[in-house]
Amino acid sequence: MNHFPEAWGRPRDDVYGAYNHSYLQTSGPKTHTMSPAVTGTSVVGIKFNGGVALATDNLASYGSLARFTDVKRLRVFGNQAVVGFGGDVSDMQYIDRLLESIDIRENYSTHGNMLNAKNLHTYLAKVFYKRRSEFNPLWNHVLVAGFDGEGKPFLSSADLLGTTFSAPHLATGFGAHLAVPILRRLFPDEKPIEEVTREQAVSALKDCLKVLFYRDARSLDKYSIAVITQEGIDLKEDEQLESQSWAFAERIKGYGAQTN
Amino acid sequence: MTSLMDHPSRGETIGYSFSQPTAAPVKEHSFYPYTDNGGSTLGITGSDFAILAGDTRSTSGYNINSRMVPKVFKIGGDDETGEGAHILLSVVGFAADGNALKERLDTVVKMYKYQHGKSMSVGACAQRLSTILYQKRFFPYYVHAILAGLDEEGKGALYSYDPVGSYEREQCRAAGAASSLIMPFLDNQVNFKNQYIPGSGEGHALEPKKAEPLPQETVKQLVRDAFTSAVERHIEVGDHLQVMIITKDGVEEVYHPLKKD
Amino acid sequence: MPGFDFSNYNRNAALHARGVPMPKATSTGTTIVGCIYDKGVVIAADTRATSGPIVADKNCEKLHYIAPKIWCAGAGTAADTEFTTALISSNVELHSLSTGRDPRVITCMTMLKQHLFRYQGHIGAYLVVAGVDPTGTSLYTVHAHGSTDKLPYVTMGSGSLAAMSVFESMWQPDLDREGAIALCSEAIKAGIFNDLGSGSNVDVCVIEKDQPTQLLRNYMKPNERGHKERNYRFPRGTTAWLNQKVISKEDMKKYVTVETLSGDPSLAAGEKMEVDT
Repeated sequence: MNHFPEAWGRPRDDVYGAYNHSYLQTSGPKTHTMSPAVTGTSVVGIKFNGGVALATDNLASYGSLARFTDVKRLRVFGNQAVVGFGGDVSDMQYIDRLLESIDIRENYSTHGNMLNAKNLHTYLAKVFYKRRSEFNPLWNHVLVAGFDGEGKPFLSSADLLGTTFSAPHLATGFGAHLAVPILRRLFPDEKPIEEVTREQAVSALKDCLKVLFYRDARSLDKYSIAVITQEGIDLKEDEQLESQSWAFAERIKGYGAQTN
Repeated sequence: MTSLMDHPSRGETIGYSFSQPTAAPVKEHSFYPYTDNGGSTLGITGSDFAILAGDTRSTSGYNINSRMVPKVFKIGGDDETGEGAHILLSVVGFAADGNALKERLDTVVKMYKYQHGKSMSVGACAQRLSTILYQKRFFPYYVHAILAGLDEEGKGALYSYDPVGSYEREQCRAAGAASSLIMPFLDNQVNFKNQYIPGSGEGHALEPKKAEPLPQETVKQLVRDAFTSAVERHIEVGDHLQVMIITKDGVEEVYHPLKKD
Repeated sequence: MPGFDFSNYNRNAALHARGVPMPKATSTGTTIVGCIYDKGVVIAADTRATSGPIVADKNCEKLHYIAPKIWCAGAGTAADTEFTTALISSNVELHSLSTGRDPRVITCMTMLKQHLFRYQGHIGAYLVVAGVDPTGTSLYTVHAHGSTDKLPYVTMGSGSLAAMSVFESMWQPDLDREGAIALCSEAIKAGIFNDLGSGSNVDVCVIEKDQPTQLLRNYMKPNERGHKERNYRFPRGTTAWLNQKVISKEDMKKYVTVETLSGDPSLAAGEKMEVDT
């Protein structure tokens, strides 16, 4: 004990170091949700003649730990749009709750839920942009798939900064590096989406997920796939990647001089 | 003695919880609210028209987000397609800010028409855009904007902006990733900088070539040549060229292919 | 003194600490690949060199000679790939002369990794080493820090993921020569069109046992420069000048030897310059 009564019974600075007062800061930027915790990796999407297909794997990672292996990252909105989430899973669940409340509110209104995928994308992009402008971002990169106001297939992306872009084929995260080149090679710009069949689109997505499983260390071979057409949404959430090939491994021995 | 001097190295930090540290350690926050989506834009005016052009590539890092994201917009049109607009805006830099800025200006111009029963003049719109940008002086819209239209005399009008609202009316302006490649070309080919009239005099008496409004076809060619050259030497420029031409008859929009590598 | 000269190191570190920026090296933000086939090995590269976002060279060579049957594709800092491969090429030749045997790819790869490891990654050379030697066909990657890999198909550089997406969806065991060339060039094209650090043309090198090595320079040119719509030739006298001085050939002869070339342009040395007409 010493002659500073206010210090009695408190951790001694000479033992524990000075208290870090920055944790008591009330001003300054919000410090939670400044980095993602439990995350999902790529979302891959493609437009085809009469619809859109969207796929993700079922993994939620905690850093490098494959933490949850049965997380559904494709969320259906109403009965005409699907959102594929990459990035923070807690923020995904928040947005999901937000979208659900909008869906309920719309359905209680006199006109019913008339929001299509394009409207939903505009809304989500504005939510993201507002939150980034408040320095409290929603740590996600999403793909929105469905139809626009004219009934044409719609596929567009929005991210945590509010950046938006649209293309015949899109992917988030690692997929932007690995899956997009595959899709652009299979379906070049010269080939309009009207010439792409549903079967071609689905098989291309499966190829992408396979390559992602080979090369993305935060991915899984269990996946979800949604096919959105005017007839409705066909969502499968417990798929397993098939026909993987590890043939290249046969002849690998070591990394240098080793031969057997 | 020894027991008291157990932590001699802590000499500097000895104190008590209630003594305020001289400076609280600065906590880092890893979120940066901006990104650069690349691309380039360019505007040139003539005696009775104005041209705004931009490439349609959207990038992040070494990735191409999309090959078709237009950067030139019609402002204050009558419907979603921008039909009936008499002002053009191009934005390059951070695309999310660019979109937000475009939508704000579009709303302002539409509200003006509803409230005053007449279209906003290009000069007024230019001034308004400047205030919109300056309102966010300490959290700026990270964009280089160019506004184009026809002035009261029917002449082409072009206004270029910095991200915080400083603006100027000009004959021509290049903005964005390849602006440093395109702008000197424009200085030379539109304002005839560094060009003299051969044989017009000796030494200092040599007359500079006078800049005068160029015909529309020439300007279109210059725009396309500027972009095909920028594509060769800047990695963030490419895919398609979007050109919008505003005349007294309205707005014409054309797309040209650019290299995709 | 052999090796690098560090005499300016302290001065440069001090200048940098005071805010003077470090000089920007030309980097070959690149796509390079390699693939083994039944009788040999193929490596390929794009031809874009960048300095930041600016294209420094539209048609550079990223396939480097080590020995007649050992070639190297380089990504990373242009100067480092250039000098490292040249150095190892010399040492491989000396070694082969001293042993009286054909050089081996494993020798070259080991020399490269030991050299790069010694410099702890400060030599920014990322290489794909390929070749055929008495022990067979080999394909390696060498990273700037000195680690190596041995695989039947490899990619490196900023376009490595785009290129790898091609290999991972199209590669199959027991490829033939044509199949391997097609696969490698497709992988490079994926890099050219999807990665901003890569662009322009495809270079390919085919190394096969008992066959001369083929360097297929500009094997594909998917990005030809378009023509300009306007003429940018200025009339003579457009540029202002204040005084002129004419130096005649006779004056020059006082100081240097002057030889007159014939008017035939094909005899003029060097590559013909690309000029707008």
